[in-house]
Amino acid sequence: MASLRLDIVTPDKLVLGREVDYVGAPGLEGEFGVLPGHIPLLAALTAGRLFYKADGRTNWVFVSGGFAEVSGDKVTILAESAEEADKIDFDRAEQALRRAQERVESKASDIDMYRAQLALARAVARLSLRGR
Amino acid sequence: MASLKDVRLKIAGVRKTRQITKAMYMVASAKLRSAQLRIERFRPYADKFSEMLVSLRGTAEDAAHPLLAERPEPASVGIVIATSDRGLCGSFNAGIITAALKFAEENRAAGRQVRFYCLGRKCCDAVRTRGGETAMAVIGRMNAVDFPLASEVGVAIMEDFLNGHVDEVHMFYGEFISLARQRPAGIKLLPAGGGASGPEDAGAAEDYIYEPAAGVLLGELLPRYVKAQVYRGLLDTAAGENAARMQAMDNATRNCDDMADALTLLFNKTRQAGITNELIDIVGGVEALKG
Repeated sequence: MASLRLDIVTPDKLVLGREVDYVGAPGLEGEFGVLPGHIPLLAALTAGRLFYKADGRTNWVFVSGGFAEVSGDKVTILAESAEEADKIDFDRAEQALRRAQERVESKASDIDMYRAQLALARAVARLSLRGR
Repeated sequence: MASLKDVRLKIAGVRKTRQITKAMYMVASAKLRSAQLRIERFRPYADKFSEMLVSLRGTAEDAAHPLLAERPEPASVGIVIATSDRGLCGSFNAGIITAALKFAEENRAAGRQVRFYCLGRKCCDAVRTRGGETAMAVIGRMNAVDFPLASEVGVAIMEDFLNGHVDEVHMFYGEFISLARQRPAGIKLLPAGGGASGPEDAGAAEDYIYEPAAGVLLGELLPRYVKAQVYRGLLDTAAGENAARMQAMDNATRNCDDMADALTLLFNKTRQAGITNELIDIVGGVEALKG
């Protein structure tokens, strides 16, 4: 069976690079799936959960938003940060969640609000991967 | 003439200094290795970005983005300077600062305002003593540069650019070429068009589906591209700093060796001179008693 090569790249390292059967990514306009033989695609991602299937198992990865490039049988994810589900620091994510909630509720200036909402989305996405 | 004791003390002092410079050399070489590793890890990310930007610009020519727009008559210029926090690395920092200040002078002469974004204690100090307007000063974080720092800087300059505080942003940093060569380098960060325009061979690239439309995608991509550029500058500076420090400390260690050798020679001569003098005294005394 044909397979896909999935690379998840962040500025600091290659988080993941392996052969997979299927990738589901959190696109800016909704989740999309990639199977081998997909036509070339360039998509923006939101902060959220990405999953891939390999060896009959589904694995989850947190991505902080970024881009996905599908070309040939290669999927490249560019994200500012990405963590596999079992490597997420949930305590930190919980703290981040509380901080972001406080900031969103305090209703400070608009730019801060935008950033706080992004931080909130990231924290929620990270925490939703607990136990996966 | 120096006494024996003075010379002995001096030799001990030089040897201690040598130990320190040697230790600093080794610390710098360890840090350089990790900095080089980070550059290598970052390269695939940066390369992919440039690739995507070029292929997007090929298709989305009608999708002009405010970060790309050249402003015909810039009234103010932002200058990001990246140096190290600490000295003892030869002329590394001085070179970067000189290049940046020269650029600032040229712009002032052309009647433009200049705003500085200083990363690293050395350039913060230099800009402060020369009295420039500092929009941002980061001290104490150049020892361990990370992407969040690049991200902060990127957000700050993009906000200022979009608010019209600055019409252009340039960055000066230390380019790491090899162990023996680092040089000050300057790049234009904003408007972001210049760097990545490249040859227009993007037409040969594959026909992608864009999701969302190419214009929106470009808007998502550009801010991240700017941050990546800043990060590249920071990483280069970190590597360059340590390479320059290795060189400086290697030279210092060698100078200590030379000095210790020269002093040991002096010590031996002084000691021999003392012995000779005493012998002359004894022989003279003996001769006098004989007479």
